[in-house]
Amino acid sequence: MDFALTEEQTAFRKSCFNFARNEIYPMMEEYELKGEFCLPAWKKMAEFGMMGLPFPPEYGGSGADVLTTLIGIEGLAHGGADAGTCLSWGAHTILCGVPIWLLGTEGQKEKYLPNIASGEWIGGFALTEPNAGSDAASVQTTAVKKGDKYILNGTKMFITNGPIGKVFVVIAVTDKSAGHFGISAFIVENGFPGFSVGKELNKMGNRTSTTSELIFDNCEVPAENLLGPEGYGFITVGKTILEWERSCLLAAGLGGLQAGLELCIKYAKERRQFGRPIAEFQAIQHKLVDMKIAIEASRLLIYKVAWMKDNDIPAMMEASIAKLFISEVGMRSAEDAVQIHGGYGYMKEYPVEHGFRNAKLGTIGGGTSEIQRNIISRLTLNLKKGGAR
Amino acid sequence: MDFRFTPEQESFQKSFRNFCEKEIAPNAARVDREEIFGHDNFKKLADVGFLGVNLPAEYGGSGADIITYAIGVEELSAACASTALAANASCSLCGMPILDYGTEGQKNKYLTKLASGELIGCFALTEPGCGSDAAAVKTFAEKKNGGYVLNGAKMFITNGPVADVAIVIARTDRGGGNKGISTFIVEKGTPGFAAGKKLQKLGVRGSTTSELIFENCEIPSENLLGEEGGGFAIAMESLECARIGMAAFCVGIARACMEDSIAYAETRTAFGKPIGAFQEVNHKIANMRMNIETARNLVYYAAWLKQEGKPSRAEISIAKLFSSEIATKCANDAVQVHGGYGYSAEYRVERLYRDVKIGEIGEGTSEVQRMIIARELLKD
Repeated sequence: MDFALTEEQTAFRKSCFNFARNEIYPMMEEYELKGEFCLPAWKKMAEFGMMGLPFPPEYGGSGADVLTTLIGIEGLAHGGADAGTCLSWGAHTILCGVPIWLLGTEGQKEKYLPNIASGEWIGGFALTEPNAGSDAASVQTTAVKKGDKYILNGTKMFITNGPIGKVFVVIAVTDKSAGHFGISAFIVENGFPGFSVGKELNKMGNRTSTTSELIFDNCEVPAENLLGPEGYGFITVGKTILEWERSCLLAAGLGGLQAGLELCIKYAKERRQFGRPIAEFQAIQHKLVDMKIAIEASRLLIYKVAWMKDNDIPAMMEASIAKLFISEVGMRSAEDAVQIHGGYGYMKEYPVEHGFRNAKLGTIGGGTSEIQRNIISRLTLNLKKGGAR
Repeated sequence: MDFRFTPEQESFQKSFRNFCEKEIAPNAARVDREEIFGHDNFKKLADVGFLGVNLPAEYGGSGADIITYAIGVEELSAACASTALAANASCSLCGMPILDYGTEGQKNKYLTKLASGELIGCFALTEPGCGSDAAAVKTFAEKKNGGYVLNGAKMFITNGPVADVAIVIARTDRGGGNKGISTFIVEKGTPGFAAGKKLQKLGVRGSTTSELIFENCEIPSENLLGEEGGGFAIAMESLECARIGMAAFCVGIARACMEDSIAYAETRTAFGKPIGAFQEVNHKIANMRMNIETARNLVYYAAWLKQEGKPSRAEISIAKLFSSEIATKCANDAVQVHGGYGYSAEYRVERLYRDVKIGEIGEGTSEVQRMIIARELLKD
């Protein structure tokens, strides 16, 4: 075993941190209070090379492996890119870019990846529907082949980057009778006939990331925009996205936790009550300790998922464990952070207030905690007599 | 980064697990019920080289690294927590300070025999009036006739009733604070040294525990371990190593809880289906799996830091604290999954529920671990 990062990885994390602290952090508060997507931050992140981090250089990317991508976003979130901005990055680079890179035809890759890598075309991923969330097999949006086009009909819900996205990976049913294997993925552009964006949704947290419905009303998608073979949609979701999502997107949460702990330590050392800094009281200290444990444990879990992906070791179980763990300790840490800040922590000017609202998405987005427990127990228990575990 | 075991670690885990399942686990219920120290278990552990797992070959050890030690403790504790605790006290708490601070003479005299199981070791820091607050130790070692005379009492000493050799932390300077503390090697049979009666415990009942009493106990000066006044550092260092063991010990119990819960949930039916089909049950098992995976990462990480000589105080405490708290939770849930059977001594989880609690107390309580981590965290 070797838990050390390479010198390059450590330096990269540091440079991402510095970049975010100097360039992004100063502008986030304004956008957080307005609840608006921060396009200037997005452009700076694109210039810095974040948008195509894992893609091959010939498509405008940097060819980073999973662990390095993770470390980059961890540093970025630690430095000051807020949760909403990181979420938008994840929907764009990981959920839209990665499946096109891994499953796309040469033509699709050439057309879309450079535009995603440059951040010019903002990407998104559309699986969830008003009546289908984690139960992806119950997707109702249909895609019917007609000549050299697929005609899509249906509605997608809670789509990150919906209002600002140019290109979306959309999951739809191509063969209702085939169950899991009747679902396909498509690359859909904002601008295709019959495509429209619902109104922007008002959210509890992650307010610098925009969210909306996407509506497909006889939407015409060229047949060459089928992503992967027909019936491959479930694999797109399962193999290419979930493990990536559950390491790289979680890394933003990890960086955020680290930033939160530092704020709390600083506050606890400065704030005086009963004649001494509140950092001297055990009840405060031990909350800080629990946050520290959450960070150390989460880091090992998600680094391991990334390492497994980089070494082609299936990580379904480990990814679910990491997702479940970090989202739940993230929620607890966010609550403790507000508590340590007392009345100030309840005020919008304090980042821990945003952190508290942002953290809740963790236990819901990308498969609820309940779904993660279902996955873990399904991979652990053998309830069919005589079957193999 | 590399999360893989070395081929040696992997084959050790496989063969040692096999050994523990065949040789140790079958006796675990009896060892607990009869509250007997498992001498035959110790003999077997010595034969496979585990009592000297971290000792160099020249002292009869296996020369393995700390990760291997953690792997071994997990396996042993999953099979018999009492035996794992006793082995940890002898090979880590007694053996490691002698290895790290002993003279060549001391190492030659004790280490080979600890590794072979000829000697059983123990570590005596805690007193009736002081536990984790090591600087408050009252046992006094007075310099006399070129040696020392010990007076005082030590409390809750694992292996106390059976130990042949004890590492004893005592004060050599009444006013010296941490600097007035020294460490001694005391052998069974030394006049004035006696073990108190065996203490009755909630769990790990097959690991025997007692007071140690020192009444004008004369020991030669060559039995001073390290330097006079250097005992506090030795005690803290020894506890750090042992905490890695305690963390792995907790992971082992947690794993046993999960394995039993899986087997039970797959076979026990209620309302027409296996109870594992109910989310209330299978989500408890999912939590166990998540927490065990997380704890194991923390244990290996702490062991790796220690092995590499990197700063590891906070990380070791984190591993011990996290592992012990999740193991307690696993045991609680395991009994719950088993229902009435979990409350009955015929099922292993009843014992695991009692055994696990020592994890949150031994080698420094959870509260003390939080103090240690907080101190490191708030350092400027």
